[in-house]
Amino acid sequence: MTEFIEAILIMAALALLLGGVLGFAAIKYKVDEDPLVDQIDEILPQTQCGQCGYPGCKPYATALAAGEAEINLCVPGGNEGVRKLADLLGKDFMPMGGEAAVEKPKSTAVIDENICIGCTLCLQACPVDAILGSAKHLHTVLQSECTGCELCVAPCPVDCISMQAIPETLTSWKWHYPVIPLKVKQAV
Amino acid sequence: MNERTFFPFHGGVHPPEHKNLSSGAPIQRAPLPSRLVVPLLQSIGNRARLLVNVGDKVLKGQCIGVPDGAISVGAHAPTSGVVTAIGPATLAHPSGLTEIAVTIVPDGEDRWIERQAFDWRNANIRAVRDYLRDMGVVGLGGAIFPSHLKITDKGKVHTLIVNGAECEPYITCDDRLMREQAAGILTGAGIVRELMGAERVLIGIEDNKPEAAAAMREAIKTCGFHAEVGVVPTLYPSGAAKQLIKLLTGIEIASGTRSTDHGVQCFNVATLLSIWRAMEFGEPALARAVTLTGHVERPGNYEVLIGTPIDELLPLAGVKPGADGYIYGGPMMGFELPALSVGLSKAGNCVIVRGGDVLPQRPIELPCIRCGNCADACPVELQPMDLYWFARSKRFDKSEDWELFDCIECGACAYVCPSNIRLVDYFRYSKSEIWAEERQNRAAHHARQRHEFRQFREEREKREKAERLAARAAEKHQAAVSSADPADAERAAKIKAAMERAAAKQADAVVEAAAPVAAEAQAALDPEKAERIRAAMEKRAAEKAALEGMSPEEKAAKEAEKQAKIQAAMERAAAKKAEKAAAEAIPEPAPKAEAPALDPEKAERIRVAMQKREEEKARLAAMSPAERAALDAEKAARIAAVKEKAAAMKAAQNENKTE
Repeated sequence: MTEFIEAILIMAALALLLGGVLGFAAIKYKVDEDPLVDQIDEILPQTQCGQCGYPGCKPYATALAAGEAEINLCVPGGNEGVRKLADLLGKDFMPMGGEAAVEKPKSTAVIDENICIGCTLCLQACPVDAILGSAKHLHTVLQSECTGCELCVAPCPVDCISMQAIPETLTSWKWHYPVIPLKVKQAV
Repeated sequence: MNERTFFPFHGGVHPPEHKNLSSGAPIQRAPLPSRLVVPLLQSIGNRARLLVNVGDKVLKGQCIGVPDGAISVGAHAPTSGVVTAIGPATLAHPSGLTEIAVTIVPDGEDRWIERQAFDWRNANIRAVRDYLRDMGVVGLGGAIFPSHLKITDKGKVHTLIVNGAECEPYITCDDRLMREQAAGILTGAGIVRELMGAERVLIGIEDNKPEAAAAMREAIKTCGFHAEVGVVPTLYPSGAAKQLIKLLTGIEIASGTRSTDHGVQCFNVATLLSIWRAMEFGEPALARAVTLTGHVERPGNYEVLIGTPIDELLPLAGVKPGADGYIYGGPMMGFELPALSVGLSKAGNCVIVRGGDVLPQRPIELPCIRCGNCADACPVELQPMDLYWFARSKRFDKSEDWELFDCIECGACAYVCPSNIRLVDYFRYSKSEIWAEERQNRAAHHARQRHEFRQFREEREKREKAERLAARAAEKHQAAVSSADPADAERAAKIKAAMERAAAKQADAVVEAAAPVAAEAQAALDPEKAERIRAAMEKRAAEKAALEGMSPEEKAAKEAEKQAKIQAAMERAAAKKAEKAAAEAIPEPAPKAEAPALDPEKAERIRVAMQKREEEKARLAAMSPAERAALDAEKAARIAAVKEKAAAMKAAQNENKTE
């Protein structure tokens, strides 16, 4: 009988102890935000372009985490991005649809300084503060900060902003996937 | 002959050497070319900042580009002449991309700028590094790593390795340099040894260059410091820094560490020579030794100015017919030149003309059979076949896990592959994909930070605005309410009184303003009409006064009189109307003629209305006088009732006014 009580007491003490530890951990290490949102946000290219239909990368990540959005909406991320999202979320890969299927070369916005009237509309549209200027003063795009989201193009009342592809330099150049060059021999 | 023990590294290959093609020919100075295309990017890192303009006359050794940042070296005019163009030119790089280059047309005088030796013994290490950087001294073994970055502080390095292994097939320029300028190389090694405080100097030379080893041994006798020649077996890639260090010292440079962490530093013989020339003669790195070999008439070694176009260099060796490619660098690690117009860079130790039986194009790739030969050959002990599969399936994370970045791209694996797979190309591809992704991630991280800051800023601005508005509102409210302070209350009362006064004044002003307006309006009417209106108003006023003064009976009488008058007027009007209708009956066709102008529907409606009116009129006319009188009486009674009501209302209004 005493062994029986002893065992119960030991188990009860253990339960209390572990319960206490778990309870403490639950409070101390509480995760406020869904960590999945951050993981998805890491994958998204952060252009903040809104082409997915959400007002930025974080909102899209939040929608993805909640299962409210498809994984193939991020145009700048391309098929590669969709693949990563599919891996992370355990979904099937689905290719980009429509116009987005053709991947555009990475571009940045360039302001034609002969046309700019200094209206500041593009300044307000830029999600990363990459446009420099003030009212009635010439605006210019900080090329190193521009994400190529194209959000500044539409608001410009004089259409002085154009997207220009970034030229390849030695630092951005990549080795191509090895392919064997074929030589066409003239038929005799 | 070799008394030293050496420590073999893993793997390695021994391809046919072909060194005897060119090793017998002493280094000759190449003639001045017709133009020199000097790129501003001459090392790993940043390109130099341009100092000259088109049309400038430059002297030999004049600085045309200053180093930009720590990882950058100066660019110099290789001979005297005129700058004829500055702009993008194809680079000696596998990408075939263009970079800004300065084109100089030599004037043939080869006139030097003022040169003076650098007192490196009494200069501090920083000044020495800056000097080497400005002199454009880079590693001439092929990696073009800025040499000033390799000169460490005293005490960190105990062994200086002089790299004379020259393990790639075909290349013999370092061999010739050691045979011909052993003393200079050793002086350079002595300078570096003293700068870094190294205790021993080891010269690594492959055993296929006995003349070079002998020349170096000879020079050591007179160099004034202790140095040793270590003859290592000919096995590619013994000339790679880490492999040579292992061979000579037994020290294995662990993954992720540098040779200086192990107290060893390695310099190529040509680099030491250019360090010596820079220190003792004040000569920047303007030329380098180049081996021209392969499918050519006269393979040999030349001292060539940096920027010399390759197509002006090749005639020196005489390209044989049937050449089908030009390899820049060795056959193992070099690449096919994108164009022959490119200027020689500091990395260009060899140009091999492909053709005939020299380096035939590799046969087509076959599937990997997992034989494992590549792993046996790998000097870094990697598993190339696995890395190959990861590259093909684009699993770059796995590639990194399998230490892709320890790969020195020596090409030994591709050399032994029985399926002719160009493994190194896959590894280079993987590396550049990983670097690209890293760049992209950095950019994304940066963009995220900026976006979040922008959101924070917008939020803050909104909050600050709201706070400002709230503060202003609170101020106002306090001013109005704080009656606790008698002075404030008094002031508030005063303000109120003042405001009332102001309001009254304003009202007055409005009335005053309105009066002249009315007068003016009256004046604007024509005087006759005004007179009539005035008369009517007077009459009405008199009537009203009379009505008020009357007794009820009198009022009733007056009413009856009025009614009679009204009735009479109505009768008159009816008669007039009947007359008018009769008159209208005659010119009836006129509107009909006009009818087509109106739209049919409207015309129809008008017609119906007219008919109805005629009918009514007829009915009225058909009534007996008695009936008509009754109708009129009824009408009159109704009018009277309305009138009474109006009078009562007026009276009530008057009462209100008097009150």
